[in-house]
Amino acid sequence: MSTPSQGASPGAESRWDSAEARRIIESLRGLDGALIPMLHALQDRFGYVDDQAVPDLADVLNVSRAEVHGVLTFYHDFRRTPPARHALHLCRAEACQAVGARAIEAHVKQKLGIDYHHETPDGRWSLGAIYCLGNCACGPSALIDGETYGRLTAEKLDQLMREAEAGRVEAAE
Amino acid sequence: MSAVRVYVPCDTTAVACGADKVARAIGRLARERNREIEIVRNGSRGLFWLEPLVEVTTPEGRIAYGPVAPADVAGLFDADFLNGGHHKLRVGKPEDLPFLRNQERLMFARCGIIDPLSVEEYRAHGGFRGLLKALKMAPAQIVAAVTESGLRGRGGAGFPTGIKWKTVSEAPMGPNGADRKYVVCNADEGDSGTFADRMLLEGDPFLLIEGMTIAALAVGATKGFIYIRSEYPVAFRQMNRAIEKARDAGYLGANVMGSGKSFDLETRLGAGAYICGEETSLLESLEGKRGVIRPKPPLPALKGLFGRPTVVNNLLSFTSVPVILDDGAAFYKNYGMGRSRGTQPFQLAGNIKQGGLVEKAFGVTLKELVYDFGGGTLNGRPVRAVQVGGPLGAYLPAGELDTPMDYEAFAAKKAMLGHGGIVVFDDTVDMAEQARFAMEFCAAESCGKCTPCRIGSTRGVEVIDRIIAGRDREKNLQLLDDLCDTMVDGSLCALGGLTPYPVQSAVRHFPEDFDRPSRKAAE
Repeated sequence: MSTPSQGASPGAESRWDSAEARRIIESLRGLDGALIPMLHALQDRFGYVDDQAVPDLADVLNVSRAEVHGVLTFYHDFRRTPPARHALHLCRAEACQAVGARAIEAHVKQKLGIDYHHETPDGRWSLGAIYCLGNCACGPSALIDGETYGRLTAEKLDQLMREAEAGRVEAAE
Repeated sequence: MSAVRVYVPCDTTAVACGADKVARAIGRLARERNREIEIVRNGSRGLFWLEPLVEVTTPEGRIAYGPVAPADVAGLFDADFLNGGHHKLRVGKPEDLPFLRNQERLMFARCGIIDPLSVEEYRAHGGFRGLLKALKMAPAQIVAAVTESGLRGRGGAGFPTGIKWKTVSEAPMGPNGADRKYVVCNADEGDSGTFADRMLLEGDPFLLIEGMTIAALAVGATKGFIYIRSEYPVAFRQMNRAIEKARDAGYLGANVMGSGKSFDLETRLGAGAYICGEETSLLESLEGKRGVIRPKPPLPALKGLFGRPTVVNNLLSFTSVPVILDDGAAFYKNYGMGRSRGTQPFQLAGNIKQGGLVEKAFGVTLKELVYDFGGGTLNGRPVRAVQVGGPLGAYLPAGELDTPMDYEAFAAKKAMLGHGGIVVFDDTVDMAEQARFAMEFCAAESCGKCTPCRIGSTRGVEVIDRIIAGRDREKNLQLLDDLCDTMVDGSLCALGGLTPYPVQSAVRHFPEDFDRPSRKAAE
């Protein structure tokens, strides 16, 4: 069963392996409505879904490549290029706006020098927008490498990003 | 001495505020100090301003401490919190807090109290009693009970649940009908300011399993799907574990509770599309397709998932059902006002002092929720606007907070209850920016099927930008109004059809925010 794929998941390997991708696809062919679970599984494993997977998915599911391409590009979660080393998604929804998300958004864009849906030139961070993490009583919220954080300030977010870069988010206590 | 039970929520909000680290710190210190404890990862009580809320079992009952940071843990041990000792974070018995004491928790009766993955604890707290009764009833009797209770769909539209179930139950089977029927749970809780579905998925997942199984018995379905949004990874993992445990305990599978009836469940993960909270779009997504709206008719009740008759209900509709079967339709109907019967989990969010979950009978006013439960704004500034019902819900000004929480009362104000989310804004909010955001959100999330939504939302952003810049203000306000009418009347689903609610309510109640350049000139 696939797990969520908000950008790079920990341990995801970015080098595409067609044979392994094919095995993942075939292992899920028995599911009803299998295409989205397959895309999640591929992204969990590789950090993205390479276009090379499209013909294999079409073949196994007996649908056209256009249909697979349509699904892959419809959903915000799926990415078609290898992810940056770290993924930051800021919640842009109203409950977070009410407690200062717009200021944090401006801070992060300025700090990273990029807008939403872009990556820093050094491949270190990608910046994504997310509409609600269900943490609406303790915003502003963000997702850093798949983990949800609440009650953010610009300073706290900077700190969490430094910890992510140092690979010690979990150890930080 | 037996092990002391220590509760540290596994709820996403608790974890986002450090609960995992707190749990690890408690475990480590207990080992170091040779204290025998059992850590239970419960759901949240919904007192989010106190999360992470740690509770310990003492002879006087459960004593809570919060909000606990990892750095507080050593001090808690020093204060002998394992015996309920005094500490600055001690909040006493949670059930004595007015925030909880003044609620009417039916579906949230167990959330935050039990171990969410223990079938035994679920049963010990009244779980599966509704299902047991349903198994002894004819399908038509179950449908009649749900109809009689007055339960209306909790996703926002408020359609009577019993009528929907009746349509599916009467859909023909056999050679000239369907070969099977489905039950589908919409757990794509995308509205900002809502987290009730998530709390139950994480804190009381067997309740959903029980509710969906009762629905399956009522309509003759043998298979169910739970569609959970990908923004809820903790909920997704928790639900999968609960399904396995329910199966092992004989509550799901080929022989539900020894009845000879068959029903099983699978989860599916969304992929970041708000539109998949719309029922037909959700069905497309479950079938592995793009989440594009289907025109209705045919109704999903007759031609739903994979073309079969399907019950699609919001998670909170399913989780309302066990108590209706257990305590009776009359008991449930006794709560509420007018045609809004029963209880609704209201979710206090945004700029609010005491954010969290309030389950109350319909009829409670917005003012009671925001002030009596919520304690006003977090930063102490005056409340200026409250958005109810998610990104497609209207903004209500502070002067209209007397409105009772009732489907019809809200409709009369061109507003809606939606999924019960309440987002509070203080007096620094710029309502023109909020109106612009509503259109921008619609443009980002439109499935593209119908023109008013796909194109109208982008044009809406442009028109609001011109108004904000003070260009042909009157003319553009008129244009915005016309555009909103077109979206309301011409969109295929609620996304395009309701985006004008926040936009027009902002213009109606806060016109001064749409007139800044001339105000500046006058100053």
